[in-house]
Order: sequence, then structure tokens, then C-alpha cells
Amino acid sequence: MAEMIATRQAYGEALLELGEKNKNIVVLDADLSKSTTTAKFGKKYPDRFFNMGVAEANMVNTAAGLATCGKIPFVSSFSIFATGRTWEQVRNTICYSGLNVKIVATHSGVSVGPDGASHQCIEDISLMRTIPNMTVIEPCDAVETKKSILAAVDYKGPIYIRLGRAAVPVITNKAAPYTIGKADILRMGEDVAIVACGALVANSLMAADTLLKEGIKATVVNMHTIKPLDQETLVKVAMQVNAMVTAEQHVLDGGLGSAVATSLARVYPIPIEMIGIDNRFGQSGEPDTLFKEYHLMPEDIALAAKKAITRKKK
Amino acid sequence: MKIAQRLDNKSLAERSKVIRRHIIRMLARAGSGHPGSSLSTVELLVALYYNKLRHNPQLPAWPDRDRFILSKGHACPALYAILAELDYFPLEKLDTLRQFGSILQGHPCMKTTPGIEISGGSLGQGLSVGLGIALAAKLDKKNYRTYVMLGDGEIEEGQIWEAAMAASHYKADSLCAILDQNGLQIDGFIHEIMSSHPIPDKWRGFGWHVMEIDGHDFKAILNAYDEAEKVKGRPTIIVAKTVKGKGVSFMENQVDWHGKAPSKEEAERALAELK
Repeated sequence: MAEMIATRQAYGEALLELGEKNKNIVVLDADLSKSTTTAKFGKKYPDRFFNMGVAEANMVNTAAGLATCGKIPFVSSFSIFATGRTWEQVRNTICYSGLNVKIVATHSGVSVGPDGASHQCIEDISLMRTIPNMTVIEPCDAVETKKSILAAVDYKGPIYIRLGRAAVPVITNKAAPYTIGKADILRMGEDVAIVACGALVANSLMAADTLLKEGIKATVVNMHTIKPLDQETLVKVAMQVNAMVTAEQHVLDGGLGSAVATSLARVYPIPIEMIGIDNRFGQSGEPDTLFKEYHLMPEDIALAAKKAITRKKK
Repeated sequence: MKIAQRLDNKSLAERSKVIRRHIIRMLARAGSGHPGSSLSTVELLVALYYNKLRHNPQLPAWPDRDRFILSKGHACPALYAILAELDYFPLEKLDTLRQFGSILQGHPCMKTTPGIEISGGSLGQGLSVGLGIALAAKLDKKNYRTYVMLGDGEIEEGQIWEAAMAASHYKADSLCAILDQNGLQIDGFIHEIMSSHPIPDKWRGFGWHVMEIDGHDFKAILNAYDEAEKVKGRPTIIVAKTVKGKGVSFMENQVDWHGKAPSKEEAERALAELK
């Protein structure tokens, strides 16, 4: 059984480590520092931690000002506030200016659970990936989260990193290389490919196991960087399998599936089925219950894979 | 490093006239833009750039420079004219305002224009950026100052008050806001559209040091800038009463001149008044 750790926990720990190494790192939070786990950094480096109160728009632009002076600000809140409340600040001040601000938001997706729809951000990938200059990342587990945070520091420019509240299985290992914009092929199979991000990567691996029992061999791609999308790997995989499923904890409009479909439609169109939330809000409930309700389970992915295969051109 | 040259009030007045002439010519040529909002800022900006800011046009990114942010970004023709006069870029560039491929975008763009600290134009965001710069100065133990110009229509944005609260909380005493209080916004007089009065009391309530001055009087402006520098433990706002469209009789205090460029004939009339 894989170890279960929330990606937000890995974030807090990565910040602690980075704080020691890089004195230019500053962290801003909007009164959610215990939940986002930035409070750990705040406790150890109080001079470089700014709690901005419940005022996200100001937080984002304060970070912009810090970035103009050579600081590397990490800005955190729940994803609904960090991307929804502040979209225009992120667009006009951070991305238009190309500033080196890292927005790392937790509590994305329905896996937020009992807090309900108001706090379950399922539109943030779409909101962030439409902005020019923005990079959008959703790590699949705690190990990859840490790598993405380290890589974000070395990358110059704005980045959005999407994290979750609930514990998720650790499915990657520390030794595996990590490059922003480079997809990670976790498993090779010639019948169908499942391209996923975040918590849906683990479910995709489970779906691939189920499919294998039925004699269907699936490729599983961890598309941790949604923008810029690794088109090279995507097209290579598409040519090998000729049927695809995308899987994400996000609305179908404008998310990973949308990015993949847009990319392949122009280069190598193949049948694509999409796992995601179809024009609905979330609701209160435990993450497992909600994953069932919104059809994000391994069995949903396996079913979609079979459907994609039947749509292949004979 | 270079400290701003000191001009006497007569020279500052002459500079202001030159800047106003640039504004009128630029907007007439561009065929769009914001004359009223640009003209009201002129004395405040001329006094700041010629007599107060520590900056170096040959080295716009000098780390120890004082920073200026034009949060009411639509007044950028005034700022562009000053930056050009100070040799941040050639004067001829002023003729390209708002044109395709120009370094002078319709609203400030830090990527294209030397001397612009942050891209702007969307109201309400500059004070927060200024706060971030002030916090960075504190972290780096630098003594540069940050000035942010706000419009009195702009402060209807909620984010301004988020920033006001946070700047006070973080005792950002290197931050100085300049409120260009010209009394008008796009749709009409401020008091008719959205009454924000009493403005000075609101800022006092948020913990700021507040000064109220005539925003066209150089002596008052320079005294205010000097006083702001001495305030410790809290940010300062200079509430500067100004006249929208100042210097051009038919534009003064006229709401229609917020966002309309003068025709060729109107520009000639304006320039005649600014001789």
C-alpha cells in the first residue's frame, strides 16, 4: 500500500528547505497559512513571511512589488481565492509584466470534501492557462510536489501550482527526473493512453491495472505540466495508441482534456474520452464519495478507455 | 549615484508648461487618450521627478533608485513626457504614443518603456505593488522610497483599502501615496457617482499620515514630499487637490475631457494657451 500524504504537506516542507538555501524566497498567505502549510515557513523565517489577512487581491500585487526587487515570492491561499478572486491581478500585474511570482494554491478540486462547492475550485486550470506567460502545474503526489516547488524557484517567470487538501498516494519516486513542461510516461501499453494530472494519476494507474486483467494494455502519462503542454510526447503517444482518455479533477471546459484535445486536433486527431466534471459544481461530502459522484474513479477511467478504443478507426 | 537636479519654482513652472504641450500634441496625434487626467498630475509629477526622486535615466534599473508607480495608469502621457524630457528615451518617441509597435503603450508597460516600474492601467492595483516594493526595501535594509500616484476615482476600488490596511499594519513608512484629487471620474463628478468623502479622514482611520495640499503649488508639493520622508512608523498620503484638465481653459473641470483626444483645431487652441 502506497504511503498517503497531501501535496500541501509536501509544499510546506519544501518551503522550509528552500528558505534556508535561498534568502530571496518570501512567502505570502491570506489567513490560511495553517491549511496551506506556509505557517511552518512563517514560524522559521518570520521576517520573510507576510500574512496579508483576508485580502487576496492585495496579496497578489504585493508579491508583484516584491518580485520587481528581486525577491521570489510564493503566494498561497485556497485555489478558489488565489486564482478566482485574484484573476485580474494575476493577469494584469503578474503575467503581463512577466514577474517572477509563484502562486501555489491548495484545496483544489472536489477532494476538498466537506467544505462544499464554494471552496472546491474546479475551474483554476482553465483560469490560469488562458493567461499569456503563465505556466500551470498540478503535481500528482507529495514527492512530485517537492520537485515542482524546487523547479519553480529555478524557473524565471510566473507559475501556478495546483495542490490538494486530501492525502493522496505517493506513486513517484525521489530519484526520477523532473522537468517543467516534460511529461512523465509511467507505464507503456499499445491499446490506449490515459493522460492525467494531480490525484487522477493514481486512479489512472489503477484503471490501467484493471484494464490489463481484461487484456487491454494502457499507457499512463503523468501530464504534470498542463501549460506549456508537452506536445512532443503527447503526439508520440497518440501515434502509438490511437485512442486516449484524459483525466482530471476539474471541469471539462478549459482543463487538461481541453488542452490535450486542442493540441492533438491540430496535429494528429484521434478519439479522446474525457474524465472530469461536466458542467456541475461540487458539494459537501467525503472525497471518496465525491469522486464516485463525479465519475473520477478508476472504474470510470477504465470504462472511458474501452469506449475510446471502440471509437478507433478500423 | 545621481540625485535629482534641483529646480527653482519658476523653472518647475516652465517645465510643467513643456510637459503640458507634449501631452496635448501626443494625444492629438494619437487620436485617443486621457487629457484631463494627465493634465491634473503635471505639477505633482514634475516636482517629484525634477526635485525629489533619486533616479538615473541612464540606469533605469539602478537598485537603490526611488520608485514611482502611476497607479492611475491612464495618465501615462504626462509620465511619458517627463521620462522623455529626462532622457529615459528619445523625445521623438512621444509621437508614437498608442501606435502599433510603439514603446509607449496606451497604458504603462514595464516591458516596453524604460523608467516604468510596473505595467498598469487596471485601476486599484498600484498601491499594493508599492507596498511590496516597500517591504522589499525593508528586507534588504535599503533606504529608497516608493511613491504611488492614485486617482480619486480609482480609490473606489476595494483593493486600495486592502493595501491601505496592510501598509499601515506593516508600518511601511517608505511608502508615499499621492492622491490626484481632481474631483471627476469617467461618468461624472466623484460626489455624484460614488461619494468617497471625507477622503482624508478615511486614510487617517486606516493609520496613515495625511497631508492636504494644493496639487498645483510647487512650494506646497515639495514641502509635502519632504515632510513625508520624515514620517516614521506609518505610510503617508498626500491628498492633492487638483483641477482636471488644468492649464487648458476649455478642458478644465470638464468631465467630457476625461478620455477624449483633442482635434487638430482644439489642440492648436490648447497649445496657444500653453505658450
